[in-house]
Amino acid sequence: MGRKGARRAARGTRMVPLVTLAHARSGDKGNTANVGLIALRPEYYPLLVREVTAARVARHFRGAIDGPVERFELPNLRALNFLLHGALGGGGTLSLKTDAQGKVFSTALLRMAIPVPRDLDVR
Amino acid sequence: MSQTIRIASGQGFWGDWLEAPVRQVEGGPIDYLMMDYLAEVTMSIMQKQRGRDPTLGYAKDFVPLMERLLPMLVERGIRVTANAGGVNPRACAEAVVGAARRLGLRGKVRLGIVEGDDILDRLDDLLARGHTLANLDTAEPLATVRDAVQSANAYLGAWPVVEALRQGANIVVTGRVTDTGLTLGPLIHAFQWAPEAWDLLAAGTVAGHIIECGAQCSGGNCLVGWERLPNMADPGYPIIEAHPNGEFLVTKHSGTGGRITVASVTEQLVYEMGDPRHYITPDCVADFTTIQLRNAGRDRVRVTGIRGRPATDSLKVSLSYHYGYKAVGTLVYAWPDAVKKAKRADKILRARLDALGLEFEEILTEYVGVNATHGPLAPPPDPNLAEVQLRVGVRARERAPVDRFTREIAPLILNGPPSVTGFAGGRPKVEEIVAYWPALIPKSEIRPTVSIVEA
Repeated sequence: MGRKGARRAARGTRMVPLVTLAHARSGDKGNTANVGLIALRPEYYPLLVREVTAARVARHFRGAIDGPVERFELPNLRALNFLLHGALGGGGTLSLKTDAQGKVFSTALLRMAIPVPRDLDVR
Repeated sequence: MSQTIRIASGQGFWGDWLEAPVRQVEGGPIDYLMMDYLAEVTMSIMQKQRGRDPTLGYAKDFVPLMERLLPMLVERGIRVTANAGGVNPRACAEAVVGAARRLGLRGKVRLGIVEGDDILDRLDDLLARGHTLANLDTAEPLATVRDAVQSANAYLGAWPVVEALRQGANIVVTGRVTDTGLTLGPLIHAFQWAPEAWDLLAAGTVAGHIIECGAQCSGGNCLVGWERLPNMADPGYPIIEAHPNGEFLVTKHSGTGGRITVASVTEQLVYEMGDPRHYITPDCVADFTTIQLRNAGRDRVRVTGIRGRPATDSLKVSLSYHYGYKAVGTLVYAWPDAVKKAKRADKILRARLDALGLEFEEILTEYVGVNATHGPLAPPPDPNLAEVQLRVGVRARERAPVDRFTREIAPLILNGPPSVTGFAGGRPKVEEIVAYWPALIPKSEIRPTVSIVEA
């Protein structure tokens, strides 16, 4: 266990990838990709709100997007919506990317790991 | 007034599963069949087709589909709303009238035509009168690309669809009506919702958003439990079962594949979402943070609680304009050192493009199998990877450099790194780039029109 891991253990948390806590779907609006991140269980939603901040998502996508990240909360759907600006290489028909319409940006977000309580029941 | 109505989604885009609308009509009781055909770039494709032949410019698939369905639609009293009309709704409607007559349905089919969205011929007048049609993303005035504009359509809402239904149309063919308006229109008509009943209009808009992408809310493209979804060879497309108070169920015909769950509906709700509190349509502003979803049995999700606010006084305009050219070339490199070989090939290709003095706005290299979808977030590739696809794309304002690029891929097969294959498709194709230009216009400038043609 590294120093960071030890600190985390002392706080009673561990790192878990979002793919075990949430599902997601993404789409495009011009050169912006949106990613809707949806908690797989109601008890995961507060963790997503606390840990998956716009700043952390921007850091996660560093090098992959040119613009800022905006976050919107939908507690009714236990979902967060992220707008990743400058994500699609010009977007629409201009983009040369395989994923010109940001269809699978959702899965790239699910790679991100967040700290969760050690005793959290993760399937 | 009806107590419940059932609106079935038959197409989520131009090119969706041709069997879906047939299954929706045959598979059980429905009142309306809603079909969404238009995406942002579709209008420019249609505009070009109309330029070559004035009788074209609409979703051609719609006509044989109607020919197949009309006898059953007439027999069961099912009405259709579709934006298949593209940039030529009248020609589309007339083609359907022709089909109805061939089927001996004279006097039994009334086509409602919704027009007034196409403002291409009015652009100079609008600009002259001070409407800048500035780009919503970049704030640039339209004047900067005016000469390259190929299509210009305002998004119409549900009300002209309502008017066509009120005039007795059983098939409503529209130009650029919003995806959601095709569902909201029948709801307003059936339940006599008022123009300022914002919560109800928002509910109908959300219903439209849920089913506008077809099976994408009933198991298609759904990440949750995707391997266990039943019978995806025959997915049930969604059906809205709506009540006059704005509450509705999302469901599908029994016996069909796929699955409708809170998870599958939620994924569709967040698809292409912006600010969830302001989902702006011509008809209202829906607040997606008020939507309540509840499991109401197998393949039934109940939707309640939706709140809306007054519509804005402008309409979105979708313009398309000629931008330039692009091409994408691919080659496949095999083990050993597949990725290294592909990277070397890319370096050689770029050196040759450079030596030729070709200028591009962008050259993008992706390694399919390694980083094409996740970019810098992808983990380092397995050194034992059996193969990787080198994918290089270029974009330029002029055609010549792009055309020359397409001739620089194949030589690499014999004069580049070894173990290369996968070029059977031949030389890459040069594609014209028709770009999208979103803008706003005051509602007062746009007059939707409704007309009826009898078969």
